[in-house]
Amino acid sequence: MNVKRLKAFALASATSIAALAGGAANAVEIEYWQYFFDARVTAMEQLIENFQDANPDITVKMTHFPYADYRTKVAAAIPAGEGPDVVQLFYGWLNDYVEAELIQPLPADVFPASKIDAEFFPMVQAMKDGDQYWALPTAVRSLALFYNERLMDEAGVTPPTTLDELMAAAKAMTKRDGAGNITQVGMTAGMTAQDHHWWREGLVRQMGGEPYLDDYKTVNYNTEAGLKALEFYTGMFMGDEPVTAIGFMDEPQAAFKAGRAGMHIDGSFRIGALADIRGLKWGVTELPATNDGTRSNYSSYWVNAITTKAEGEKYDAAVKFMDYVTSDEAMQIWLDVVGELPAKPSVGMTEKNANDPVFGPFIRGLEYAHTTKFADESAQRQQMVEMVERMQLQGMSAADSLAAAAEAEQKILDEYHSK
Amino acid sequence: MKIYRDLTIRQKQIAWAWAFLAIPVLFYGIIRFYPTGNAILISFQDWNLLGDRTWTGLDNYEKLFADPVFWKVFRNTFVYLLLGTPVSLVISFVVAYHLDKTRFMHGFLRMLYFLPFMTSAVAMAWVWRWFYQPVPSGLFNNFLASMGIGQISFLNSTTNALPAILAPAVWAGLGFQIIIFMAGLRAIPKSYYEAARIDGVSNWTVLWEITLPLLKPTIVFIVVFSSIGFLRIFDHVYNMTTQNPGGPLNSTKPLVLMIYETAFSSFDMGYAAAQTVVLFLVLLAVSLLQLRILRDR
Repeated sequence: MNVKRLKAFALASATSIAALAGGAANAVEIEYWQYFFDARVTAMEQLIENFQDANPDITVKMTHFPYADYRTKVAAAIPAGEGPDVVQLFYGWLNDYVEAELIQPLPADVFPASKIDAEFFPMVQAMKDGDQYWALPTAVRSLALFYNERLMDEAGVTPPTTLDELMAAAKAMTKRDGAGNITQVGMTAGMTAQDHHWWREGLVRQMGGEPYLDDYKTVNYNTEAGLKALEFYTGMFMGDEPVTAIGFMDEPQAAFKAGRAGMHIDGSFRIGALADIRGLKWGVTELPATNDGTRSNYSSYWVNAITTKAEGEKYDAAVKFMDYVTSDEAMQIWLDVVGELPAKPSVGMTEKNANDPVFGPFIRGLEYAHTTKFADESAQRQQMVEMVERMQLQGMSAADSLAAAAEAEQKILDEYHSK
Repeated sequence: MKIYRDLTIRQKQIAWAWAFLAIPVLFYGIIRFYPTGNAILISFQDWNLLGDRTWTGLDNYEKLFADPVFWKVFRNTFVYLLLGTPVSLVISFVVAYHLDKTRFMHGFLRMLYFLPFMTSAVAMAWVWRWFYQPVPSGLFNNFLASMGIGQISFLNSTTNALPAILAPAVWAGLGFQIIIFMAGLRAIPKSYYEAARIDGVSNWTVLWEITLPLLKPTIVFIVVFSSIGFLRIFDHVYNMTTQNPGGPLNSTKPLVLMIYETAFSSFDMGYAAAQTVVLFLVLLAVSLLQLRILRDR
């Protein structure tokens, strides 16, 4: 009884204050949430400023959190009627957010599915349900091959375009000490980094396979193609003349940064971190193709969505804001500030962007990129890590280890989709 | 106030005692017991942090006992305990015993032993992680290579990784245990030693018949305290194996790390809560057992 009264009083005072404030500014305020990453926050500040200049009656308040707390905070805030009107989330979390009724679909009149299908890179269609989109990205990420120019010159090799050339170049750049220990790797390796994406969506497809079936609900890499992909991958560090070592200098990207690795596969988000390393001269090229020219790549992205909390005029403002952050202009700003790739070919494939020496290989990779629909990305990655470890540490055969990984990953998928 | 006036002195004392106790009792109720009860409740439910909680009965426990990873992790947790506790107990006693007799730079030496205890476990784990790397970046392996000895894979090995991670964890806890042991040694009355010297018994007899029996309360405390510490080991393991937590092939994964991963990377809160309940029961059983065995009869 008392609590009820107190609540009513609090509500009354809150609304009257809100009415006063609203009357004074005559504006609607919406909240935007994302996780904290310096460049992303800076870029979003710019976008908000531009948006507010164009829409003086709307203000956008951005809140950001450390990545570790992000999901918990969003989950607690929205059902309580607090928190964001527009929220950023990882594409892999979409199902969970939809099922928990934390986000609502984008209105079909402003975001018609046919238009988005035509304008965005195809992997964005993972966000589509029937003829409505749940969420849209501003930017996307893909993989490419970073190479150390100085080590390439020293070994007299050029950036590889095929997998055979990759192995040859890696061999030429590998150095050993007197006891045969590797002191410089031709190529980095480690399923814990980005290699599990390269293996799944890159190598398996390039060897003629299809890693998953049924909209990523069924594991399908326990095949001839999967085996070939695994043998190629483990051949880099388990063959007679290894060109790399797992755990060399702790992490693949650390070895590359230290100038002790000739080549390194990583995402476009690594560009910023590498740009600041003094004395490291590096270049980027597309992921190597097979001899018959087959290429494949992996792409991931963060999306923005409207939460179920946004209603009435806040909803209208949120729709306008969503429209702006998925516009061509916003994508160009995101590319320039964060270094993440535009989600639309019309922005990405411009003469300037597609031929950019750094962004170009990533953007060209988007055209043949696939997006894995993960049920639990880290648990699924763990299966790839263990697939290699069983072979390397326990001497299991490639075929057996591949089968075990496929079985374990299928279990994770079944459990997730049966819920 | 009439009610208060009518109380007897004894009742007044009780009322005051409870008034002062109210804050810690409330604190414990809200901060400790309520979440504990909630965790036990969640262990019978299915919850991904976002949606509704749904009742699933004993499903989480059934899944747990059928999970080979859980049993592997359970075993690891006890290896940490059964290796870590005796080793750290013996080393810290030996150091404290001799440090107690040393006068030369006593304070400085004691500080050196205590320093690792004050260092952040995260920082320490990362430094050791780099020590353990293969050539060209690892200190230990570079040393071996310069002596012409073959490489040892410390962390990338299913057999070496657990002891390699345990070593810095033991080292880190040593300082604290040494201080406690020294306090225990100082508390033994000098007259016993003087009597022993007059009787002319050997140093060994003094150690076995006087020092160790009288240190029993100290030993009980350290064993219980460090057992709980090793059963809950997390930060050293997690930081030394961040990319592949508890790896390779789960050979270093303790129960707490499995709980953390289930809860905050797979977001399977119900399953994580079931693991937590099991950990709670294990901690409870181990502590009660040790108190019973080591307590004076």
